[in-house]
Amino acid sequence: MIDGFIALYIFMLAAFVGHEIIGRVPSILHTPLMSGSNFVHGIVLVGAMVALGRADTTLELIIGFIGVFLGAGNAVGGYVVTERMLEMFKSSNKKSP
Amino acid sequence: MSEFISMRSVIEASYFIAAILFIFGLKRMSSPVTARGGIIWAGAGMIVATLVTFLFPGMSNYPLMMVAIFIGGVLAWISGKKVAMTDMPQMIALYNGMGGGAAAAIAAVELLGGEDHGLVFGILAVLGGMIGAVSFSGSLIAFSKLQGLMKSIFRFGGQQIFNLFLLIVTIILAGVIVSQHGDITLVVVFFVLALILGVTMTLPIGGADMPVVISLYNALTGLAVAFEGFVLQNAAMIIAGTVVGAAGTLLTQLMAKAMNRSLANVLFSGFGDEPGEASEMTGSMKSIEASDVGVMMAFANKVLIVPGYGMAVAQAQHKVWELTQLLIGRGVDVKFAIHPVAGRMPGHMNVLLAEAGVPYDIIYDEDEINAEFATADVALVIGANDVVNPVARTDPASPIYGMPILNADHAKNVIVIKRGQGAGFSGIENALFFLDQTRMLYGDGQEMSSQLIQAVKSL
Repeated sequence: MIDGFIALYIFMLAAFVGHEIIGRVPSILHTPLMSGSNFVHGIVLVGAMVALGRADTTLELIIGFIGVFLGAGNAVGGYVVTERMLEMFKSSNKKSP
Repeated sequence: MSEFISMRSVIEASYFIAAILFIFGLKRMSSPVTARGGIIWAGAGMIVATLVTFLFPGMSNYPLMMVAIFIGGVLAWISGKKVAMTDMPQMIALYNGMGGGAAAAIAAVELLGGEDHGLVFGILAVLGGMIGAVSFSGSLIAFSKLQGLMKSIFRFGGQQIFNLFLLIVTIILAGVIVSQHGDITLVVVFFVLALILGVTMTLPIGGADMPVVISLYNALTGLAVAFEGFVLQNAAMIIAGTVVGAAGTLLTQLMAKAMNRSLANVLFSGFGDEPGEASEMTGSMKSIEASDVGVMMAFANKVLIVPGYGMAVAQAQHKVWELTQLLIGRGVDVKFAIHPVAGRMPGHMNVLLAEAGVPYDIIYDEDEINAEFATADVALVIGANDVVNPVARTDPASPIYGMPILNADHAKNVIVIKRGQGAGFSGIENALFFLDQTRMLYGDGQEMSSQLIQAVKSL
């Protein structure tokens, strides 16, 4: 059970991690990075799946379905556009890794 | 029962691995050298987390789930593959809005379901749902504005007060829902209000400020996902959501700073509401022919290219890169100078140049390159306007006063490729165009770049 102070600790540490990651990023990567973080919160798909999996009434089923649909769109779309952008970043001296 | 427990451990362990992959993936994405690998790491994390969720105990509705994933995934895949690089900002807004909507949907199912999770979880579910719904409708408005589906900035008297009122009513309703669990009507009204709030918050914000708003909604969706993660006791959602929430907030601040705007300024006032009395321009704009510019650049020691969104609109980036290669072949030192807000959002211009094949190590940020303009023989400004306007340094009455600009006016010669004589995006006259060392090359960006290529080739 993730509860009370444990939850707060997780929240705080994760917030620090997020802050640190972006801290010194060059502005050339702002757009791809925003897109990348947009992809990462596509994890909401997992929660939507659980919500739909537990839904009973018709209304819950409909909302759950919409949730999974939207979550899948977030995850897949976020990945595709981020990957397309980052794929193009090349250095002049060597091929991209 | 023990089978259940071990299944849970497998799921938890997988989520743990996914969280690690997300964090390291994002870390790798913050450097251009490793960025490509970063998204693949994060993608692997997403696949692990999604697959393992099918094993969750006590779930049903699998066929429905797969259909939803299939439809959402395929639609997003196709649209993501098809979208032009210039339209990337609004596409990110759209996918972000979907995430916010999904978070709101989770909250709705949890709030409608009879299960009472207790006060704290109730509050988190309602808050996450509200933020998610605001992010959903707000992002859709941002998308339609940037996509050009919706042109005007929509304002009415007392809009701020109306929004504040709406916010308060929504929060009160949220409180009622937390205390009285499971009232369908209340939940529906609550979500409708939250959706309206997202719309009315975003409507008055102009297109130029949209990137900051999209970034803000991105952070908000992250937060909503984290809150719903607490409600569902899902560690992967909590960690990924919080990381994005924090990273997104910082990114939003960096963007606002690069545009010389505070976040409050973006959200609560319109750009150019009270246009200051900008001083009249003296002198005249002097035009030049492409062949002369070709000679000038071919025999220069150092050429700095300042691209703007206009270049991308004219689809001239490929021609500009061809020209750059020709000049480099002749021994000219060519560099690209990028203003933080060139393009539609910070870093957008880098993406557009990267698409044309320009290597990132000849592309420089404003602080890296600004000192070099003084030693440059030619500054070629193509499709950029406000970001090279010296008025930002000199005229306190100008709306862009104080905005950091590229010092193109310090170069020995300034060539401006421009369609016509009109003012820039913000409608401000550009003092750079009237300087003695400035020559205007009137015409379409792509057409003029081709002419420049011909001019250099024929030498």
